Amino acid sequence: MSLLELDGVTLKFGGVTAVNNLSMSVNEGEVFALVGPNGAGKSTVFNMISRFYRPVRGSIRFDGEDLLNHRAHEIANLGIARTFQNIELFERATVLQNLLVGRHRHRRSTLPEQLFFAGRIRAEEREHRHAVEEVIDFLDLQVYRDKMIAGLPYGVRKVVELARALATKPRLLLLDEPASGLSVEETQDMRWWIDDIRRQMGITVLMVEHDMGLVSKVCDRVLALADGAKLAEGTPAEVQSHPAVIEAYLGTSAVSKTANAQGERV
Amino acid sequence: MRFHFKTSYDQDIRLFPDWWNFSLYVALLLLMLVLPWLIDGFYLGEVTNVLIWAVAGLGLMLLTGQTGQVSLGHSAFMALGCYSCVNFMELGLPFLAAFLLAGIVTGIIGAIIAIPALKLHGVYLAIFTLALAILADDLIVILEPWTGGVNGYFAPVIEIFGIEINRWAAPETWYYLALGTSIFVALLYRNLLRSPLGRAFAAVRDSEISAQAMGVDVARTKTLAFGLSCAFAGLGGALMGLFAGAFNNETFNFLIAIQLLMMIIIGGLGFIHGAFLGAIVIAFLPQFLSILTDNLGSASIPGLETGVFGMILIAFILFEPMGLYGRWLKIRTWLELFPFARRDMFRRQKTYLKTERLR
Amino acid sequence: MDVLQLLLSGLANGCVYGLVALGFVLIYKATEAVNFAQGDFMMLGAFVMVGLVNPHFMGLNFWLAVPIALIIMGALGYLLDLTVLRFMFGQSQTAVVILTISLGFVIRFVAGVIWGHEPQNLHSPLALGDVRFGGVVLSLADIAVIVVTLLMTLALWQFFQRTKLGLAMQAASQNQMAAYYMGIPVKRVQGAVWALAGIVACVAGILYGSKGTLDISAGFIGIKAFAAAVIGGFGSLPGALMGGLIVGVIEPFAARYLPTGYSQIAPYAILIFVLVFRPHGLFAQVRVKKV
Repeated sequence: MSLLELDGVTLKFGGVTAVNNLSMSVNEGEVFALVGPNGAGKSTVFNMISRFYRPVRGSIRFDGEDLLNHRAHEIANLGIARTFQNIELFERATVLQNLLVGRHRHRRSTLPEQLFFAGRIRAEEREHRHAVEEVIDFLDLQVYRDKMIAGLPYGVRKVVELARALATKPRLLLLDEPASGLSVEETQDMRWWIDDIRRQMGITVLMVEHDMGLVSKVCDRVLALADGAKLAEGTPAEVQSHPAVIEAYLGTSAVSKTANAQGERV
Repeated sequence: MRFHFKTSYDQDIRLFPDWWNFSLYVALLLLMLVLPWLIDGFYLGEVTNVLIWAVAGLGLMLLTGQTGQVSLGHSAFMALGCYSCVNFMELGLPFLAAFLLAGIVTGIIGAIIAIPALKLHGVYLAIFTLALAILADDLIVILEPWTGGVNGYFAPVIEIFGIEINRWAAPETWYYLALGTSIFVALLYRNLLRSPLGRAFAAVRDSEISAQAMGVDVARTKTLAFGLSCAFAGLGGALMGLFAGAFNNETFNFLIAIQLLMMIIIGGLGFIHGAFLGAIVIAFLPQFLSILTDNLGSASIPGLETGVFGMILIAFILFEPMGLYGRWLKIRTWLELFPFARRDMFRRQKTYLKTERLR
Repeated sequence: MDVLQLLLSGLANGCVYGLVALGFVLIYKATEAVNFAQGDFMMLGAFVMVGLVNPHFMGLNFWLAVPIALIIMGALGYLLDLTVLRFMFGQSQTAVVILTISLGFVIRFVAGVIWGHEPQNLHSPLALGDVRFGGVVLSLADIAVIVVTLLMTLALWQFFQRTKLGLAMQAASQNQMAAYYMGIPVKRVQGAVWALAGIVACVAGILYGSKGTLDISAGFIGIKAFAAAVIGGFGSLPGALMGGLIVGVIEPFAARYLPTGYSQIAPYAILIFVLVFRPHGLFAQVRVKKV
């Protein structure tokens, strides 16, 4: 059953068409990847799902709900969480506080309850903390729990951002280049985590990624974009050997080298 | 070195993380309670002044330190708090009710005024609020029937449960009023910090875009931050005007708002302690300077206070942007880790500036 | 006739606001910082002239003193950048705002110590004559203000559009790191901008001083100049001038036709209006940040 459905989505910036008549659907429980050269419009698709941009045409539906009727901050409440390409963490807060912000959509206490710290709030805070600790255990962040973000290395920030997205307990997780800038070991970890996120937590994953090695290992289906339009869709192997994809990446002359491209970083 | 092992989530949720910390604050509270017996009336008045500035400072701190929104216009809300408190008292409300109601009214009006300012960032917000402060000055003159205009108001007699709060006859009564208010406001502030709204404030401060992605309604959060901040500033303003005895539009000049901002920066942006430390500097600097010029045998130099204040602030921004409390935290960490602290531990992270026009 | 008189005197005032606003915009364009002390720079420029020209100070010839004052203020701007603002490199815009507010406090204090707190008159040849045509009276100073401001705006605008240094200044503000990589000496460029802002402030100060009496709180007209800069859109030089003229013209008309008390409000009310409905001025330059 499809969880997220884009239908004929088009977005223009001034005269430039960033995304052109794109339709795709992500099924519940699968890991789906968007690939394509830089500037193909992958992150733009994410930003439309997050409602930072509004498409000029087309519809985006999540579990039957029309996302275009919602404002950016309401998307998280529907059960969609995301990470960012150039990490957007809350720099002057600790890892723990960052993850607790992820729990924001689960709060129930009112303003007076929070101001006077009375009523439900204490129990609720314990509950939030418990949920966050589960994520911390899952991603092995215990050592960093009380550290400020500002002092953390890049690889750890990447994981913290994933953790913050998981803390919202989403149904759909959008990962914008989860492995960019990570070392080989960190990329390996990321691969197992994505696998576990799908298997153990039952979260559907939609990701943008350049590392075809990672994509072919974790993804069920891949969609290749170029210049904002769909080039090919299918299993990782199918997409990688698709002539149009190879052409978009390497130019026409490289079509004969298809076999070598398999499983390598494109 | 003191180790701090956590065994329960409650340790991070409670007001005080451990017994040591708790007993420190109890000791401080006891000291503050017996202070009237330790120092004379003049200095007690000065301490009262410190506490009043701290209340207003906490208000601005919530907005600037926690939510990252600069305001150069909090004098307007201090004025609003003061005049509404006096007007409620004239309507026959008892002081305490009028005082709290003034805070609430100021908060609501502050939140409403914030709505058109929601889209403004950084310098634009600073200029917007500065314009508000200047407008407030003129509005006070225009709204003469409620404010007394340039002639101003004489503070009415304040009574709480039959006890008269009088600055001259019984300075300790005023001191306890200011102390009570500052503890009340600091407690609310601390509660906010440990609850979802406080975290949403920090999220909006550090990255609006990812705050939105986490489900934080940025507009609503900023409005709430403005409202609460103005409410606290209103309480501080009411105390300030009533403590001065007489007040007019000049009492809440826009320079007060600028001083308030400077004060919380000297104290340490984003820390409750910072508001109090900054208030100590701002309240005692004039005393200190007059003692200094007296001892040097020179006549008083007009404008010296603001000049020195400006120099202190420049020094802080250049050498210790975290303020007095930030410096104390560094010293404390250094002592706790001795001899393992490294210089680089506190190195500031520098970012290269990119244009805000592409926000 | 009455209306024309109000309009012309408003324009002359507006030009002074515009000149101070030019200083804001210069620094904003090149360093992305806002100099809240620009009004106090202007005040200082005027007092430097007083110090050079007035008989009970140095008593120099006015036209000889002008270049000296410009050089002094330019050097001061450069020195301020060298000793203070350069260390703000990589800190937030807000920190710079507060720093420049404090600088304003210090400048006012220093000026008070040197020149005293009483109002003074600049002995300026511009302050003497009046020009009449029809029923309209304009002082020589007013005409000088209008002419100099127009020339100044044009020159600065051309400077940013045409010259290498001007373009380097713009590049340095839009992305410091990239500007570095392109071989632009970002720090020296910033120094040059502050020097230029000092010179512009000095010109504004000389003209302001020629128009009337001076005291050390003259710098507060910086706030009206702010309104001007914002109304014009902070990044635009012609916009700053336009904003200055709008504020300048509105003031005398508000004073004439609105009840007392309400007239001072007018410039700020317009400022708030513009900020709310056109947050980035009439010449907006803002786009959405990419994530």
